[in-house]
Amino acid sequence: MSLAIQTEIKVKAVTPAEGLEEKVSVRHLNFHYGEYRALADINVNLYQNKVTAFIGPSGCGKSTLLRILNRIYDLYPNQRADGEVLLDGENVLSPKQDLNLLRAKVGMVFQKPTPFPMTIYDNIAFGVRLYEQLSKADLDARVEDSLRRGALWDEVKDKLDASGLSLSGGQQQRLCIARTVAIRPEVILLDEPCSALDPISTAKIEELIDVLKRDYTIAIVTHNMQQAARTSDYTAFMYLGELVEFDNTTQIFTNPRMERTQDYITGRFG
Amino acid sequence: MDTHEHIVRSYEEELSSLNNKIAKMGGLAEQVLGQSIDALEGRDPDLAAATIQQDEAIDELEKEIEEQAIVMIARRQPLAYDLRQIMAALRISSDLERIGDLGKNIAKRALAVVGEQQPKQLMLGLKHMGELALGQLKEVLDAYIERDADRALKVWYRDEDIDAMYNSLFRELLTYMMEDPRNIGLCTHLLFGAKNIERIGDHATNIAETVYFLVHGNAITDQRPKGDTTSSTPVPLRSAG
Repeated sequence: MSLAIQTEIKVKAVTPAEGLEEKVSVRHLNFHYGEYRALADINVNLYQNKVTAFIGPSGCGKSTLLRILNRIYDLYPNQRADGEVLLDGENVLSPKQDLNLLRAKVGMVFQKPTPFPMTIYDNIAFGVRLYEQLSKADLDARVEDSLRRGALWDEVKDKLDASGLSLSGGQQQRLCIARTVAIRPEVILLDEPCSALDPISTAKIEELIDVLKRDYTIAIVTHNMQQAARTSDYTAFMYLGELVEFDNTTQIFTNPRMERTQDYITGRFG
Repeated sequence: MDTHEHIVRSYEEELSSLNNKIAKMGGLAEQVLGQSIDALEGRDPDLAAATIQQDEAIDELEKEIEEQAIVMIARRQPLAYDLRQIMAALRISSDLERIGDLGKNIAKRALAVVGEQQPKQLMLGLKHMGELALGQLKEVLDAYIERDADRALKVWYRDEDIDAMYNSLFRELLTYMMEDPRNIGLCTHLLFGAKNIERIGDHATNIAETVYFLVHGNAITDQRPKGDTTSSTPVPLRSAG
C-alpha cells in the first residue's frame, strides 16, 4: 500500500491563487553559472502582502533564485538568466530595466548581518540619501520610522551615533532589515536571515516578518523547516535547480503532494 | 509501507515504538471485548472479573502513548506524514481506551446477571452483535498496521450492520419487557450491553476515519449511512398480556 503521494517531479506551471495579486511572477526561468545550469524552468509566484518561503537542500538554487529577483547576479560575470521575472507585470530581466530602481523596489537582507562601518543613523540614512533628497527633519523621521519598523528603535534610540558594528548579531540583522525598509521597497528578500541568530533574536525577526508583510511582499530562504512553517503563507520546495512543489504552507507541511517534498521536510533518505 | 526511512534512526525507532504500542493496545481491547461477550453468554463471573482487571493495562498503555507523543512533538517537531502518525496514535489510543471501558462495562453487566435465566434467542443476538463489533475492530486495526485506507473505508461503511442489529435487538428486548415485567432487570442489563457494543462499533469507525486521514492527509468526504434509530423509536403504550 502506498501513501497518497506523487512521485513525478517539477512544477510545470503555476495556477494563481484565487483572490491574490501576483506581485512577482517567475515564468520559465533558467539560470546559468557559466556552463552550469543552476535553475531549470522555474515557475512561481510571490503574492502581494504574503510571505513565500523557499526551502530545499543546499545547492538547490533557492538563493540563486532570490539573487535573480533583484538582479544582484548582474554584478558577476558569466552568469545569465532567461525566461521572465515579472514585477507588477514588467519583466525585470529586460536589458532596459533600471537596476538602481529595481533594487530600490526589491530590497535584500543576507545570511550574515552586513552593517556598514558607520553610525547606526548613517547605516539607515546612507541608502535613503542615494534615492531621495530629504530635509534633516524628514531624514531623522525616516530613520526613526525605519528603526521602529525594524523593531530596533527602543534599543538604539539613545546611541544613534554609535557604530553599527557595536550591535549584537540579532540587532545588526534588524538594522539591516531597517536599512532595507528605509528606502521603501515593495518586495523584501530575506536570505537565511536567522541562521546566525539565537532563538530570541530569531523570534524578534519572525515577529518582524509578520508585521512587515502588511506593507510588503516577502520572500524568505530558510533551512529551518519550522521557521518556514511558522512565518510563511506559501512555500516552494526546490531540488537540484528545479521547483518540485509550490503550495500554501499548511498543505506543504501537513500533507505535501510530492514524495520528494515529504522526504525532505521529514528528514528521510530520498 | 513504502515511505523512506528517517536519516535520524532514533526518530524511526520512536515512531515504530508508538506503532507497536497501538498494536498491543488494540490486541488487549479485542481481548477485553471478546471475553466480556463470552462472560455474558456463559454467565462466567471469573472471566468477567478477569476482564475487568485487564482494562487497567489498556489505560496504562494510553497514558504511555500520550506521554511519548507529547515528548516526540516537543523534541522532533514532526511534519507531514510524521505529524499525522503521531496525531493518529493519539486519536486511536483514545478510541481504544474507550473501547476497553465499554468492554469492561459489558463484563460488569455479566457479573450482574450471573444468576438470571437468560432467553437463548436474546443471548444469540447479543453474541452475534459482539462478534460483528470484534470483527470490525480487528479489521480496522489491521488497516492501521498496513496503512490501508481502502480497508479502513470498508470498516467505516460496515458500521451500519451493527446499528441495524442493535435496532432489532432493542425492539426484541422491549417486547420481552412488555411480556413479563420480571424480565425488566435482565433485559435492561442486556440493553446496556448491546448499547456498549454499538458504541464500540462507533469507535471502530472513528479509528477507520483516523487511518484514512493518516494515509491521505484529509478526512473522508462521503456521508456515512447512520443506522441507529433507537433514539427516535417510540415505546408502544399498550401493555402486553
